Amino acid sequence: MKKSIALIAVLAMLLAACAAEEGGGGGDVSCEKDDLTLVQEGVLTIGTDEPSFPPWFDFEGGPETGTGFESAVAYAVAGELGFTEDEVTWVVVPFNNAFAPGEKDFDFDINQVSISEEREEAVDFSDGYYDVNQALLGFSDSEIASATSIDELKSYRLGAQVGTTSLDFITDVIQPETEPLVYDTNADAKAAFDAGQLDGLVLDLPTAFFVSAVEIEGSTVIAQFPSAGESEQFGMVFEEGNPLRDCVNEALANVDLEAIQQEWLSDVVEAPIIETG
Amino acid sequence: MTEAEAPHRDPDLSPGRARRLAYQNRQRRRSLLIGAVSTVLVFGVVILVVVNSPGWPTVRESFFSWEDFKASFPEILTGFARNVRIFLIAEVFILIVALILAVIRSSRAPVLTPLRLAATAYVDIIRGIPTIILLFLLGFGVPALRLQGVPNSQEFWAITTLVISYSAYVAEVYRAGIDSVHESQTSAARSLGLSSAQSMRWVVLPQAVRRVIPPLLNDFVALQKDSALLALLGVQEAFRRSQIYVAETFNFTAYLAAAFLFMLVTIPLARFTDYLIRRQRERTTGTSV
Repeated sequence: MKKSIALIAVLAMLLAACAAEEGGGGGDVSCEKDDLTLVQEGVLTIGTDEPSFPPWFDFEGGPETGTGFESAVAYAVAGELGFTEDEVTWVVVPFNNAFAPGEKDFDFDINQVSISEEREEAVDFSDGYYDVNQALLGFSDSEIASATSIDELKSYRLGAQVGTTSLDFITDVIQPETEPLVYDTNADAKAAFDAGQLDGLVLDLPTAFFVSAVEIEGSTVIAQFPSAGESEQFGMVFEEGNPLRDCVNEALANVDLEAIQQEWLSDVVEAPIIETG
Repeated sequence: MTEAEAPHRDPDLSPGRARRLAYQNRQRRRSLLIGAVSTVLVFGVVILVVVNSPGWPTVRESFFSWEDFKASFPEILTGFARNVRIFLIAEVFILIVALILAVIRSSRAPVLTPLRLAATAYVDIIRGIPTIILLFLLGFGVPALRLQGVPNSQEFWAITTLVISYSAYVAEVYRAGIDSVHESQTSAARSLGLSSAQSMRWVVLPQAVRRVIPPLLNDFVALQKDSALLALLGVQEAFRRSQIYVAETFNFTAYLAAAFLFMLVTIPLARFTDYLIRRQRERTTGTSV
Protein backbone atom coordinates (compact mmCIF):
# COMPACT_ATOMS: atom_id res chain seq x y z
CA MET A 1 0.00 0.00 0.00
CA LYS A 2 2.67 2.45 1.04
CA LYS A 3 4.71 1.63 -2.03
CA SER A 4 1.78 2.10 -4.37
CA ILE A 5 1.15 5.52 -2.85
CA ALA A 6 4.78 6.44 -3.37
CA LEU A 7 4.55 5.21 -6.95
CA ILE A 8 1.45 7.30 -7.62
CA ALA A 9 3.16 10.34 -6.15
CA VAL A 10 6.17 9.81 -8.35
CA LEU A 11 4.01 9.25 -11.43
CA ALA A 12 2.22 12.52 -10.70
CA MET A 13 5.57 14.28 -10.54
CA LEU A 14 6.64 12.68 -13.79
CA LEU A 15 3.48 13.91 -15.48
CA ALA A 16 4.14 17.38 -14.12
CA ALA A 17 7.70 17.15 -15.42
CA CYS A 18 6.52 16.25 -18.92
CA ALA A 19 3.85 18.91 -18.96
CA ALA A 20 6.36 21.56 -18.02
CA GLU A 21 8.20 20.97 -21.29
CA GLU A 22 5.34 22.04 -23.52
CA GLY A 23 4.25 25.55 -24.42
CA GLY A 24 6.07 28.32 -26.24
CA GLY A 25 5.34 29.55 -29.76
CA GLY A 26 5.03 33.03 -31.16
CA GLY A 27 5.88 34.78 -34.41
CA ASP A 28 3.98 36.99 -36.83
CA VAL A 29 0.27 36.39 -36.71
CA SER A 30 -2.67 37.86 -38.50
CA CYS A 31 -5.38 39.36 -36.33
CA GLU A 32 -8.26 38.21 -38.55
CA LYS A 33 -10.82 36.57 -36.31
CA ASP A 34 -10.51 33.22 -38.08
CA ASP A 35 -6.71 33.19 -37.77
CA LEU A 36 -6.59 33.72 -34.02
CA THR A 37 -5.29 30.89 -31.87
CA LEU A 38 -7.92 30.45 -29.21
CA VAL A 39 -8.42 28.18 -26.23
CA GLN A 40 -11.77 27.19 -27.65
CA GLU A 41 -12.36 27.56 -31.37
CA GLY A 42 -14.73 30.30 -32.50
CA VAL A 43 -15.20 31.88 -29.09
CA LEU A 44 -13.16 34.30 -27.02
CA THR A 45 -12.59 32.81 -23.55
CA ILE A 46 -12.04 35.49 -20.89
CA GLY A 47 -11.09 34.83 -17.29
CA THR A 48 -11.92 36.71 -14.09
CA ASP A 49 -12.44 35.87 -10.43
CA GLU A 50 -15.73 34.88 -8.85
CA PRO A 51 -17.43 36.68 -7.23
CA SER A 52 -16.59 39.72 -9.31
CA PHE A 53 -17.16 43.09 -7.74
CA PRO A 54 -18.32 46.53 -8.88
CA PRO A 55 -17.25 48.93 -10.20
CA TRP A 56 -15.39 46.38 -12.32
CA PHE A 57 -18.23 43.92 -12.87
CA ASP A 58 -21.81 43.35 -11.88
CA PHE A 59 -21.97 41.46 -8.58
CA GLU A 60 -25.34 39.83 -9.21
CA GLY A 61 -25.27 39.06 -12.91
CA GLY A 62 -21.55 38.30 -13.25
CA PRO A 63 -19.20 39.39 -16.02
CA GLU A 64 -21.59 38.32 -18.82
CA THR A 65 -23.75 41.40 -18.33
CA GLY A 66 -21.31 43.93 -19.80
CA THR A 67 -21.92 45.94 -16.63
CA GLY A 68 -18.92 47.47 -14.90
CA PHE A 69 -15.65 48.90 -16.23
CA GLU A 70 -13.72 45.71 -16.89
CA SER A 71 -16.68 43.85 -18.32
CA ALA A 72 -17.29 46.79 -20.67
CA VAL A 73 -13.62 46.94 -21.71
CA ALA A 74 -13.57 43.19 -22.32
CA TYR A 75 -16.63 43.32 -24.58
CA ALA A 76 -15.28 46.38 -26.40
CA VAL A 77 -12.01 44.53 -27.11
CA ALA A 78 -13.95 41.42 -28.15
CA GLY A 79 -15.99 43.57 -30.51
CA GLU A 80 -12.85 45.10 -32.07
CA LEU A 81 -11.52 41.57 -32.63
CA GLY A 82 -14.75 40.67 -34.41
CA PHE A 83 -16.56 38.64 -31.75
CA THR A 84 -20.24 39.13 -31.04
CA GLU A 85 -21.43 39.11 -27.43
CA ASP A 86 -22.58 35.51 -27.85
CA GLU A 87 -19.10 34.51 -28.93
CA VAL A 88 -17.58 35.52 -25.60
CA THR A 89 -17.46 33.01 -22.72
CA TRP A 90 -16.21 33.66 -19.22
CA VAL A 91 -14.23 31.30 -16.99
CA VAL A 92 -13.55 31.64 -13.28
CA VAL A 93 -9.87 32.28 -12.50
CA PRO A 94 -8.81 33.04 -8.90
CA PHE A 95 -6.81 36.28 -8.74
CA ASN A 96 -3.45 34.74 -7.85
CA ASN A 97 -3.84 31.94 -10.42
CA ALA A 98 -4.29 34.44 -13.24
CA PHE A 99 -0.64 35.43 -13.26
CA ALA A 100 0.92 32.19 -12.01
CA PRO A 101 3.16 30.52 -14.59
CA GLY A 102 1.85 27.69 -16.74
CA GLU A 103 -0.83 26.79 -19.24
CA LYS A 104 -3.99 28.90 -19.14
CA ASP A 105 -7.57 27.97 -19.89
CA PHE A 106 -8.42 31.54 -20.93
CA ASP A 107 -7.45 33.63 -23.94
CA PHE A 108 -6.97 36.56 -21.62
CA ASP A 109 -7.82 37.39 -18.02
CA ILE A 110 -9.13 40.76 -16.86
CA ASN A 111 -9.21 41.11 -13.08
CA GLN A 112 -7.52 44.29 -11.83
CA VAL A 113 -4.11 42.71 -12.29
CA SER A 114 -1.40 45.33 -12.06
CA ILE A 115 1.45 45.04 -14.53
CA SER A 116 4.69 44.33 -12.68
CA GLU A 117 8.15 43.09 -13.53
CA GLU A 118 7.88 39.96 -11.38
CA ARG A 119 4.57 38.98 -12.91
CA GLU A 120 5.93 39.70 -16.37
CA GLU A 121 8.36 36.82 -15.91
CA ALA A 122 5.52 34.36 -15.58
CA VAL A 123 2.86 35.73 -17.95
CA ASP A 124 2.42 38.37 -20.65
CA PHE A 125 0.45 41.58 -20.20
CA SER A 126 -1.51 43.72 -22.61
CA ASP A 127 -0.91 47.45 -22.60
CA GLY A 128 -2.36 49.09 -19.51
CA TYR A 129 -6.07 49.86 -19.69
CA TYR A 130 -6.35 51.76 -16.42
CA ASP A 131 -3.99 53.87 -14.30
CA VAL A 132 -4.56 52.82 -10.75
CA ASN A 133 -3.79 54.36 -7.36
CA GLN A 134 -3.66 52.36 -4.17
CA ALA A 135 -6.09 53.63 -1.56
CA LEU A 136 -6.61 53.28 2.16
CA LEU A 137 -10.01 52.40 3.57
CA GLY A 138 -10.82 53.11 7.22
CA PHE A 139 -13.76 53.89 9.45
CA SER A 140 -14.50 57.61 9.41
CA ASP A 141 -14.92 57.75 13.18
CA SER A 142 -11.58 56.04 13.86
CA GLU A 143 -8.21 57.57 14.66
CA ILE A 144 -6.62 56.53 11.37
CA ALA A 145 -9.09 58.71 9.44
CA SER A 146 -7.18 61.83 10.42
CA ALA A 147 -3.83 60.64 9.01
CA THR A 148 -2.33 62.91 6.38
CA SER A 149 1.09 61.39 5.73
CA ILE A 150 2.72 57.99 5.28
CA ASP A 151 4.48 58.41 8.65
CA GLU A 152 1.17 58.77 10.45
CA LEU A 153 0.05 55.41 9.07
CA LYS A 154 2.92 53.36 10.44
CA SER A 155 1.40 52.62 13.83
CA TYR A 156 -1.79 50.98 12.56
CA ARG A 157 -2.83 47.41 11.87
CA LEU A 158 -3.20 47.29 8.09
CA GLY A 159 -4.34 44.48 5.86
CA ALA A 160 -4.53 43.43 2.20
CA GLN A 161 -5.05 40.42 -0.06
CA VAL A 162 -2.09 38.09 -0.59
CA GLY A 163 -0.09 38.51 -3.81
CA THR A 164 -1.45 42.00 -4.53
CA THR A 165 0.32 45.27 -5.22
CA SER A 166 -1.76 46.58 -2.29
CA LEU A 167 0.15 44.27 0.05
CA ASP A 168 3.43 45.31 -1.60
CA PHE A 169 2.41 48.91 -0.99
CA ILE A 170 1.95 48.24 2.73
CA THR A 171 5.22 46.34 3.12
CA ASP A 172 7.40 48.48 0.85
CA VAL A 173 5.99 52.00 1.13
CA ILE A 174 4.11 52.33 4.42
CA GLN A 175 6.35 49.87 6.29
CA PRO A 176 4.10 49.65 9.35
CA GLU A 177 5.41 48.81 12.83
CA THR A 178 2.79 46.07 13.27
CA GLU A 179 2.97 43.20 10.81
CA PRO A 180 0.25 43.53 8.15
CA LEU A 181 -2.56 41.00 8.07
CA VAL A 182 -2.79 39.08 4.83
CA TYR A 183 -5.92 37.45 3.41
CA ASP A 184 -6.72 34.96 0.65
CA THR A 185 -9.24 37.23 -1.00
CA ASN A 186 -10.43 40.82 -0.76
CA ALA A 187 -13.72 39.42 0.52
CA ASP A 188 -11.93 37.94 3.56
CA ALA A 189 -10.00 41.16 4.07
CA LYS A 190 -13.23 43.16 4.02
CA ALA A 191 -14.80 40.74 6.53
CA ALA A 192 -11.84 41.23 8.90
CA PHE A 193 -12.02 45.00 8.45
CA ASP A 194 -15.75 44.97 9.12
CA ALA A 195 -15.09 42.85 12.22
CA GLY A 196 -12.74 45.51 13.57
CA GLN A 197 -9.66 43.32 13.25
CA LEU A 198 -7.98 45.90 11.03
CA ASP A 199 -7.52 49.65 11.37
CA GLY A 200 -7.13 50.10 7.64
CA LEU A 201 -7.50 48.10 4.45
CA VAL A 202 -5.46 48.82 1.33
CA LEU A 203 -7.28 48.34 -1.97
CA ASP A 204 -7.19 49.84 -5.43
CA LEU A 205 -8.99 53.19 -5.44
CA PRO A 206 -12.17 52.26 -7.37
CA THR A 207 -12.67 49.15 -5.24
CA ALA A 208 -12.10 51.18 -2.07
CA PHE A 209 -14.72 53.65 -3.25
CA PHE A 210 -17.25 50.94 -3.91
CA VAL A 211 -16.65 49.31 -0.53
CA SER A 212 -17.03 52.59 1.32
CA ALA A 213 -20.11 53.67 -0.63
CA VAL A 214 -22.02 50.40 -0.79
CA GLU A 215 -20.56 47.55 1.22
CA ILE A 216 -19.27 48.66 4.60
CA GLU A 217 -21.24 51.27 6.45
CA GLY A 218 -19.22 53.94 8.21
CA SER A 219 -16.10 53.34 6.15
CA THR A 220 -14.42 55.97 4.02
CA VAL A 221 -11.52 56.33 1.62
CA ILE A 222 -8.95 57.99 3.87
CA ALA A 223 -6.40 58.58 1.15
CA GLN A 224 -5.22 57.64 -2.29
CA PHE A 225 -1.56 57.21 -3.07
CA PRO A 226 -0.32 58.20 -6.52
CA SER A 227 2.77 56.08 -7.11
CA ALA A 228 6.02 57.97 -6.77
CA GLY A 229 7.65 56.64 -9.94
CA GLU A 230 5.97 55.18 -12.99
CA SER A 231 2.22 54.90 -12.57
CA GLU A 232 0.72 51.52 -11.76
CA GLN A 233 -1.49 50.10 -14.50
CA PHE A 234 -3.95 47.28 -14.85
CA GLY A 235 -3.30 44.99 -17.80
CA MET A 236 -4.95 41.95 -19.30
CA VAL A 237 -3.09 38.72 -18.62
CA PHE A 238 -2.03 36.22 -21.28
CA GLU A 239 -0.29 32.88 -21.09
CA GLU A 240 3.37 33.57 -21.74
CA GLY A 241 4.09 33.78 -25.48
CA ASN A 242 0.42 33.89 -26.50
CA PRO A 243 0.41 35.65 -29.92
CA LEU A 244 -3.12 36.91 -29.23
CA ARG A 245 -1.63 39.66 -27.08
CA ASP A 246 -0.55 41.78 -30.05
CA CYS A 247 -4.02 41.56 -31.53
CA VAL A 248 -5.63 42.55 -28.22
CA ASN A 249 -3.25 45.51 -27.96
CA GLU A 250 -4.28 46.58 -31.46
CA ALA A 251 -7.93 46.29 -30.48
CA LEU A 252 -7.36 48.08 -27.18
CA ALA A 253 -5.84 51.05 -29.03
CA ASN A 254 -9.14 51.46 -30.93
CA VAL A 255 -11.29 51.30 -27.80
CA ASP A 256 -12.41 54.60 -26.26
CA LEU A 257 -11.19 53.83 -22.74
CA GLU A 258 -11.86 57.39 -21.63
CA ALA A 259 -15.58 57.04 -22.36
CA ILE A 260 -15.90 53.67 -20.62
CA GLN A 261 -14.08 55.10 -17.63
CA GLN A 262 -16.46 58.06 -17.58
CA GLU A 263 -19.38 55.69 -17.55
CA TRP A 264 -18.25 53.34 -14.78
CA LEU A 265 -15.55 55.02 -12.72
CA SER A 266 -16.55 58.69 -12.85
CA ASP A 267 -17.12 59.05 -9.11
CA VAL A 268 -13.75 57.75 -7.97
CA VAL A 269 -11.55 60.79 -8.51
CA GLU A 270 -12.33 62.62 -5.28
CA ALA A 271 -10.16 61.38 -2.43
CA PRO A 272 -7.48 63.06 -0.34
CA ILE A 273 -4.03 62.47 -1.82
CA ILE A 274 -1.06 61.34 0.24
CA GLU A 275 2.21 61.67 -1.62
CA THR A 276 4.51 58.66 -1.37
CA GLY A 277 7.75 59.93 -2.87
CA MET B 1 23.29 -23.74 13.47
CA THR B 2 25.90 -22.71 15.95
CA GLU B 3 25.51 -21.69 19.52
CA ALA B 4 26.58 -18.11 18.65
CA GLU B 5 23.53 -17.55 16.44
CA ALA B 6 21.10 -18.16 19.26
CA PRO B 7 19.78 -14.86 20.61
CA HIS B 8 20.00 -15.90 24.26
CA ARG B 9 22.95 -17.87 25.51
CA ASP B 10 20.84 -19.18 28.30
CA PRO B 11 22.03 -22.56 29.63
CA ASP B 12 18.44 -23.33 30.59
CA LEU B 13 17.26 -22.93 27.00
CA SER B 14 15.93 -26.22 25.71
CA PRO B 15 17.50 -27.37 22.40
CA GLY B 16 14.12 -27.13 20.69
CA ARG B 17 13.52 -23.54 21.75
CA ALA B 18 17.07 -22.52 20.89
CA ARG B 19 16.61 -23.96 17.40
CA ARG B 20 13.31 -22.18 16.99
CA LEU B 21 14.79 -18.85 18.11
CA ALA B 22 17.74 -19.22 15.77
CA TYR B 23 15.37 -19.99 12.89
CA GLN B 24 13.22 -16.97 13.65
CA ASN B 25 16.35 -14.89 13.81
CA ARG B 26 17.48 -16.11 10.40
CA GLN B 27 14.05 -15.48 8.89
CA ARG B 28 14.06 -11.99 10.29
CA ARG B 29 17.43 -11.21 8.81
CA ARG B 30 16.33 -12.63 5.47
CA SER B 31 13.19 -10.43 5.29
CA LEU B 32 15.24 -7.44 6.33
CA LEU B 33 17.70 -8.02 3.50
CA ILE B 34 14.96 -8.57 0.91
CA GLY B 35 13.17 -5.48 2.15
CA ALA B 36 16.32 -3.36 1.92
CA VAL B 37 17.27 -4.58 -1.58
CA SER B 38 13.77 -4.13 -2.98
CA THR B 39 13.48 -0.65 -1.44
CA VAL B 40 16.81 0.50 -2.86
CA LEU B 41 15.95 -1.00 -6.24
CA VAL B 42 12.46 0.48 -6.53
CA PHE B 43 13.39 3.93 -5.32
CA GLY B 44 16.68 3.90 -7.25
CA VAL B 45 14.91 3.21 -10.54
CA VAL B 46 12.19 5.75 -9.80
CA ILE B 47 14.72 8.46 -8.93
CA LEU B 48 16.75 7.70 -12.07
CA VAL B 49 13.67 7.93 -14.27
CA VAL B 50 12.53 11.19 -12.68
CA VAL B 51 15.92 12.87 -12.74
CA ASN B 52 16.46 11.95 -16.39
CA SER B 53 13.03 13.00 -17.58
CA PRO B 54 13.07 16.07 -19.85
CA GLY B 55 11.01 18.28 -17.53
CA TRP B 56 13.07 17.55 -14.41
CA PRO B 57 15.23 20.70 -14.45
CA THR B 58 12.11 22.91 -14.47
CA VAL B 59 10.50 20.86 -11.72
CA ARG B 60 13.65 21.01 -9.63
CA GLU B 61 14.01 24.74 -10.18
CA SER B 62 10.40 25.37 -9.28
CA PHE B 63 9.95 22.99 -6.31
CA PHE B 64 13.40 22.14 -5.00
CA SER B 65 15.42 25.32 -5.37
CA TRP B 66 17.96 25.47 -2.55
CA GLU B 67 18.33 29.23 -3.10
CA ASP B 68 14.62 29.85 -2.58
CA PHE B 69 14.55 27.47 0.37
CA LYS B 70 17.27 29.46 2.08
CA ALA B 71 15.71 32.78 1.18
CA SER B 72 12.22 31.92 2.42
CA PHE B 73 13.05 29.72 5.40
CA PRO B 74 13.82 32.26 8.18
CA GLU B 75 10.51 34.12 7.69
CA ILE B 76 8.56 30.87 7.50
CA LEU B 77 10.28 29.57 10.63
CA THR B 78 9.28 32.59 12.73
CA GLY B 79 5.77 32.23 11.30
CA PHE B 80 5.80 28.59 12.34
CA ALA B 81 6.33 29.61 15.96
CA ARG B 82 2.75 30.93 15.80
CA ASN B 83 1.49 27.58 14.56
CA VAL B 84 3.26 25.81 17.41
CA ARG B 85 1.83 28.20 19.96
CA ILE B 86 -1.75 27.82 18.82
CA PHE B 87 -1.68 24.02 18.46
CA LEU B 88 -0.11 23.58 21.88
CA ILE B 89 -2.64 25.83 23.60
CA ALA B 90 -5.52 24.29 21.64
CA GLU B 91 -4.44 20.73 22.48
CA VAL B 92 -4.58 21.38 26.22
CA PHE B 93 -8.15 22.67 26.03
CA ILE B 94 -9.20 19.95 23.58
CA LEU B 95 -8.06 17.19 25.93
CA ILE B 96 -9.98 18.71 28.83
CA VAL B 97 -13.20 19.65 27.00
CA ALA B 98 -13.33 16.32 25.16
CA LEU B 99 -12.88 14.34 28.36
CA ILE B 100 -15.75 16.19 30.00
CA LEU B 101 -17.95 15.56 26.95
CA ALA B 102 -17.05 11.85 26.90
CA VAL B 103 -17.71 11.36 30.61
CA ILE B 104 -21.09 13.07 30.29
CA ARG B 105 -22.01 10.90 27.31
CA SER B 106 -20.95 7.74 29.15
CA SER B 107 -22.76 8.58 32.35
CA ARG B 108 -25.84 6.58 33.32
CA ALA B 109 -27.43 8.82 35.92
CA PRO B 110 -31.03 9.69 34.88
CA VAL B 111 -30.66 13.19 36.30
CA LEU B 112 -27.92 13.91 33.74
CA THR B 113 -30.19 13.15 30.77
CA PRO B 114 -30.39 16.79 29.54
CA LEU B 115 -26.60 17.11 29.72
CA ARG B 116 -26.20 13.81 27.94
CA LEU B 117 -28.55 14.93 25.16
CA ALA B 118 -26.68 18.22 24.85
CA ALA B 119 -23.31 16.50 24.66
CA THR B 120 -24.59 14.08 22.02
CA ALA B 121 -26.06 16.91 19.97
CA TYR B 122 -22.82 18.89 20.29
CA VAL B 123 -20.69 16.04 19.01
CA ASP B 124 -23.07 15.31 16.13
CA ILE B 125 -23.44 18.91 15.04
CA ILE B 126 -19.82 19.95 15.33
CA ARG B 127 -18.53 16.88 13.54
CA GLY B 128 -20.90 17.73 10.72
CA ILE B 129 -19.52 21.24 10.16
CA PRO B 130 -16.33 21.70 8.13
CA THR B 131 -13.71 23.37 10.36
CA ILE B 132 -13.13 26.10 7.79
CA ILE B 133 -16.79 27.19 7.91
CA LEU B 134 -16.67 27.22 11.71
CA LEU B 135 -13.52 29.36 11.52
CA PHE B 136 -15.12 31.96 9.26
CA LEU B 137 -18.29 32.00 11.37
CA LEU B 138 -16.39 32.58 14.58
CA GLY B 139 -13.30 34.44 13.37
CA PHE B 140 -15.05 37.04 11.20
CA GLY B 141 -18.70 36.65 12.17
CA VAL B 142 -18.61 36.95 15.93
CA PRO B 143 -16.24 39.95 16.14
CA ALA B 144 -18.41 41.68 13.51
CA LEU B 145 -21.24 41.75 16.06
CA ARG B 146 -19.06 44.17 18.06
CA LEU B 147 -20.37 42.83 21.34
CA GLN B 148 -18.84 44.31 24.44
CA GLY B 149 -16.15 42.14 26.01
CA VAL B 150 -15.95 39.74 23.07
CA PRO B 151 -12.33 39.51 21.91
CA ASN B 152 -11.52 40.04 18.25
CA SER B 153 -8.01 38.60 18.30
CA GLN B 154 -7.37 36.26 15.39
CA GLU B 155 -5.39 33.81 17.49
CA PHE B 156 -8.14 33.65 20.08
CA TRP B 157 -10.73 32.70 17.46
CA ALA B 158 -8.45 30.26 15.67
CA ILE B 159 -7.78 28.45 18.94
CA THR B 160 -11.47 28.53 19.88
CA THR B 161 -12.42 27.06 16.51
CA LEU B 162 -9.87 24.28 16.79
CA VAL B 163 -10.96 23.47 20.36
CA ILE B 164 -14.64 23.36 19.42
CA SER B 165 -14.06 21.27 16.33
CA TYR B 166 -11.45 18.84 17.66
CA SER B 167 -13.04 18.27 21.06
CA ALA B 168 -16.01 16.66 19.29
CA TYR B 169 -13.71 14.14 17.61
CA VAL B 170 -11.53 13.58 20.63
CA ALA B 171 -14.60 13.05 22.84
CA GLU B 172 -15.49 10.10 20.63
CA VAL B 173 -11.99 8.72 21.04
CA TYR B 174 -12.27 8.94 24.81
CA ARG B 175 -15.72 7.38 24.70
CA ALA B 176 -14.43 4.43 22.71
CA GLY B 177 -11.80 4.01 25.42
CA ILE B 178 -14.39 4.18 28.19
CA ASP B 179 -16.60 1.65 26.37
CA SER B 180 -13.65 -0.68 25.98
CA VAL B 181 -13.27 -1.07 29.74
CA HIS B 182 -15.22 -4.19 30.69
CA GLU B 183 -18.45 -3.80 32.69
CA SER B 184 -17.06 -6.12 35.35
CA GLN B 185 -14.54 -3.42 36.28
CA THR B 186 -17.32 -1.02 37.23
CA SER B 187 -19.26 -3.79 38.97
CA ALA B 188 -16.21 -4.72 41.01
CA ALA B 189 -15.56 -1.08 41.92
CA ARG B 190 -19.18 -0.56 42.92
CA SER B 191 -19.15 -3.72 45.05
CA LEU B 192 -16.16 -2.29 46.90
CA GLY B 193 -18.32 0.64 47.87
CA LEU B 194 -17.16 3.23 45.31
CA SER B 195 -19.82 5.54 43.99
CA SER B 196 -20.53 5.56 40.28
CA ALA B 197 -18.54 8.80 39.89
CA GLN B 198 -15.67 7.39 41.93
CA SER B 199 -15.51 4.20 39.91
CA MET B 200 -15.45 6.28 36.71
CA ARG B 201 -12.65 8.45 38.10
CA TRP B 202 -10.49 5.79 39.76
CA VAL B 203 -11.19 2.60 37.84
CA VAL B 204 -12.55 3.22 34.35
CA LEU B 205 -10.81 6.42 33.21
CA PRO B 206 -7.23 5.40 34.07
CA GLN B 207 -7.62 2.28 31.94
CA ALA B 208 -9.60 4.01 29.21
CA VAL B 209 -7.22 6.91 28.73
CA ARG B 210 -4.16 4.68 28.60
CA ARG B 211 -5.76 2.63 25.84
CA VAL B 212 -6.60 5.61 23.65
CA ILE B 213 -3.28 7.44 23.84
CA PRO B 214 -2.30 6.39 20.29
CA PRO B 215 -5.52 7.67 18.66
CA LEU B 216 -5.26 10.82 20.79
CA LEU B 217 -1.79 11.45 19.42
CA ASN B 218 -3.15 10.78 15.95
CA ASP B 219 -5.68 13.57 16.39
CA PHE B 220 -2.92 15.79 17.74
CA VAL B 221 -0.97 15.30 14.51
CA ALA B 222 -4.05 16.35 12.54
CA LEU B 223 -4.47 19.38 14.78
CA GLN B 224 -0.90 20.52 14.18
CA LYS B 225 -1.55 20.71 10.46
CA ASP B 226 -4.89 22.44 10.90
CA SER B 227 -3.11 25.20 12.79
CA ALA B 228 -2.42 26.56 9.29
CA LEU B 229 -6.09 27.62 9.21
CA LEU B 230 -4.91 30.58 11.27
CA ALA B 231 -3.70 32.05 7.97
CA LEU B 232 -7.27 32.46 6.76
CA LEU B 233 -7.87 35.05 9.47
CA GLY B 234 -4.96 37.08 8.13
CA VAL B 235 -2.18 36.06 10.50
CA GLN B 236 1.20 35.49 8.91
CA GLU B 237 1.93 31.98 10.13
CA ALA B 238 4.13 29.47 8.29
CA PHE B 239 1.77 28.75 5.38
CA ARG B 240 0.88 32.41 4.78
CA ARG B 241 4.52 33.46 4.86
CA SER B 242 5.33 30.81 2.28
CA GLN B 243 2.36 31.90 0.18
CA ILE B 244 3.56 35.50 0.22
CA TYR B 245 6.98 34.33 -0.95
CA VAL B 246 5.46 32.20 -3.72
CA ALA B 247 3.26 35.10 -4.86
CA GLU B 248 6.37 37.24 -5.24
CA THR B 249 8.64 34.72 -6.94
CA PHE B 250 6.37 32.06 -8.50
CA ASN B 251 8.74 29.53 -7.02
CA PHE B 252 6.96 26.82 -5.07
CA THR B 253 9.92 25.81 -2.93
CA ALA B 254 8.65 28.02 -0.11
CA TYR B 255 5.56 25.80 0.23
CA LEU B 256 7.86 22.82 0.61
CA ALA B 257 9.83 24.71 3.25
CA ALA B 258 6.62 25.20 5.22
CA ALA B 259 5.61 21.57 4.68
CA PHE B 260 9.06 20.54 5.88
CA LEU B 261 8.53 22.35 9.19
CA PHE B 262 5.17 20.69 9.72
CA MET B 263 6.67 17.29 8.95
CA LEU B 264 9.49 18.00 11.36
CA VAL B 265 6.99 17.91 14.21
CA THR B 266 4.37 15.51 12.86
CA ILE B 267 6.57 12.65 11.64
CA PRO B 268 8.41 12.03 14.95
CA LEU B 269 5.05 12.13 16.70
CA ALA B 270 3.57 9.67 14.21
CA ARG B 271 6.56 7.33 14.71
CA PHE B 272 6.13 7.63 18.48
CA THR B 273 2.43 6.78 18.14
CA ASP B 274 3.31 3.67 16.12
CA TYR B 275 5.78 2.69 18.81
CA LEU B 276 3.15 3.06 21.51
CA ILE B 277 0.65 0.99 19.55
CA ARG B 278 3.24 -1.74 19.04
CA ARG B 279 4.15 -1.76 22.71
CA GLN B 280 0.53 -1.88 23.71
CA ARG B 281 -0.11 -4.81 21.41
CA GLU B 282 2.89 -6.63 22.81
CA ARG B 283 1.67 -6.03 26.31
CA THR B 284 -1.91 -7.10 25.74
CA THR B 285 -1.39 -10.07 23.43
CA GLY B 286 2.09 -11.14 24.44
CA THR B 287 3.27 -11.32 20.82
CA SER B 288 5.40 -8.95 18.82
CA VAL B 289 4.36 -8.07 15.31
